[in-house]
Amino acid sequence: MTSIRRAFRPEQIRALSLFALLVVLILFFASQIPNYLSGRTFTRISTGVAVVAIVAVGQTLVVLTRNIDLSVGSIVGCTAYFVGTALANDNAIAPAVAIVMALAIGAAAGAVNGVLVAYGRVPSIIVTLGTLAIYRSFLVAVSEARTVTIDSLPDWVKELPRANLIQIGELDVRVLVALALAIVIIFQLVLTYTQFGRRLFAIGSNPEAARVAGLPAQRTVFLAFVLCGALAGLAGFFFLVRFGNVTVVAAQGLELQSVAAVVVGGVNIFGGSGSMIGALLGAVLVETIQQSLIRMPQVSEFWIEALLGLLILLAVASDALILNRLRRIWSRPAATEPPPPEPTQP
Amino acid sequence: MSATSTRRPLPDFLRRWEVLLLALLIVSVLINVIQSPFYLSLENIVNLFQLSIEKIIVALVMTFIIINGEIDLSVASVMGLAACVVAFLHNQGVPVAIGVVMALLVGVLCGAFNGFWIARAGLPSLAVTLAGLIGYRGAARILVEDRSIGNFPDWFNALGQQPLIGPLPFALILFFVMLIAAAVILQRTAFGRYVYVIGNNREVARYSGIKVRRVKWSLFIASSTIAALAGVLLAARLGAVRGNTAEGFELDIITMVLLGGVSIFGGSGTMTGVALSILLILNLRNGMSLANITGNTQTGVIGALLILSVLVPNLIVGARAWRSRLRRATPTRLSQ
Repeated sequence: MTSIRRAFRPEQIRALSLFALLVVLILFFASQIPNYLSGRTFTRISTGVAVVAIVAVGQTLVVLTRNIDLSVGSIVGCTAYFVGTALANDNAIAPAVAIVMALAIGAAAGAVNGVLVAYGRVPSIIVTLGTLAIYRSFLVAVSEARTVTIDSLPDWVKELPRANLIQIGELDVRVLVALALAIVIIFQLVLTYTQFGRRLFAIGSNPEAARVAGLPAQRTVFLAFVLCGALAGLAGFFFLVRFGNVTVVAAQGLELQSVAAVVVGGVNIFGGSGSMIGALLGAVLVETIQQSLIRMPQVSEFWIEALLGLLILLAVASDALILNRLRRIWSRPAATEPPPPEPTQP
Repeated sequence: MSATSTRRPLPDFLRRWEVLLLALLIVSVLINVIQSPFYLSLENIVNLFQLSIEKIIVALVMTFIIINGEIDLSVASVMGLAACVVAFLHNQGVPVAIGVVMALLVGVLCGAFNGFWIARAGLPSLAVTLAGLIGYRGAARILVEDRSIGNFPDWFNALGQQPLIGPLPFALILFFVMLIAAAVILQRTAFGRYVYVIGNNREVARYSGIKVRRVKWSLFIASSTIAALAGVLLAARLGAVRGNTAEGFELDIITMVLLGGVSIFGGSGTMTGVALSILLILNLRNGMSLANITGNTQTGVIGALLILSVLVPNLIVGARAWRSRLRRATPTRLSQ
């Protein structure tokens, strides 16, 4: 028991069991769907994950501080639409400029959320439930229900989603996927090694203690929302590139997917613990189920939402009930052994 | 407190949130009357209630939940699920009356399921009902997929649209009965006091011998059951049901409650305030429709109202605290 305890922390056991669940699911789908284990499946799922994972990274930053951002779906829709319109009007806009535009639009929307939550002291669920509606209705009103079509976009946008970074055997790793992976890794490092990252954990595990200890809680929460918005903006750019056609209802419901990915990935909904790698695993799991259900002949694709809800509930319940018990077992011999590992460490 | 003692304070009743709401209500009614001379006609007033009747019925129970310090995000999905149960069973040839009973039963089950995780397992209602928001909507979609199911029998359609007593349709009468019942339960019974006490301090409530779990459990069952009833009424009024019926209604419902002066942190709020805020929101929506503002923009306005209804009281409290802090020495902060 002690040796197991030394080798793994509860969080690692959770991540491993999530990974095992993913493998079992893939094997199950492979046995049900003909030609499932192919390069095409990988491409399809991985490009889908690229969008969800970036949103989930931002969502993780916010959830770590014991908040939630329900407006990300609307932010993704807004950026995809506005950047798409700009590119359609002026095909000469450089890719870098387009990305900066997306980041700026997203960050501005995130800053509104951040000000209201951190400085206005309005609970994040209220603020983002409101801005979820406000941003979307702003988009509908401004766009007058016009659609961005793929024909009007510059050529580089049309080529980007099929561009490969490397090819491993049958598996194509798209540039978009590689970029998303890079973002996950960068933010994992930010969480683990930077002052900002550690503050997110401190504020989430005990906001009162963090404030008393003199951490700039308001500024940190504000920054988390701005980053979350900026990442949602980037995801909006990816959304535009991936689909080409953007309507005013684009990315509706993505906020629920991102919350699902984050919570299933082991980021505690009460804040204070979780990791980007976990959120990525959660995003992969959610996207795999979604993309595979569509191809399963005997089950209708309408099951996806019911399954997502169940997954979230199971994840929250297992975190609250099982993981806490495990942590207690792990920290029991604290008197005789060196201090137990920090439960917040990813 | 001490900050206001130097100047002449406003009379107590004038500083209440309800008075502010009443003033806003009068202003909005006046603007609407100026816009349209038919505004105060009986048909328009009945119509004004009719258009949001399902939301305001659910808002009554949501008031209890939020005063209790919890939140129920799953109500709109339960409404949709109940409507879809009726439609699905009707499509399978089951009599609509039995379908309605089944829909209400589904509501009870959803509430018991939420209540189990919140009251029994101690999970936060935010997380549980967010899962419910997605999950129950998913169940609704499984039932009707992408179809639109209508062709209900005449008596069912009449239930939602036709006047029952005088000009008042069934749902509206039900709302007024429920409003009075809710006000009496919340403000005149022991159960109502328990709801406040738990919302103020759950631990104190437990040590005082209040059965906290039972109160919470019954509130969540009531919430989902009433939401299911509202969903059935919505199906009757619309005459057709789709997978996305009642989607997004939680925004309006929660806004009505919070704008009514109910604290999102629990423990305070009155039924009078919620009733006033319901009237105010109905007036605003109707006024915006009269001014040819689209439903989409209206939703945006409701979203802004939701944020403002929490932000404004916060700013007032913040300004008072800031003023009184100026009198004392500013505490030094230890940051970095």
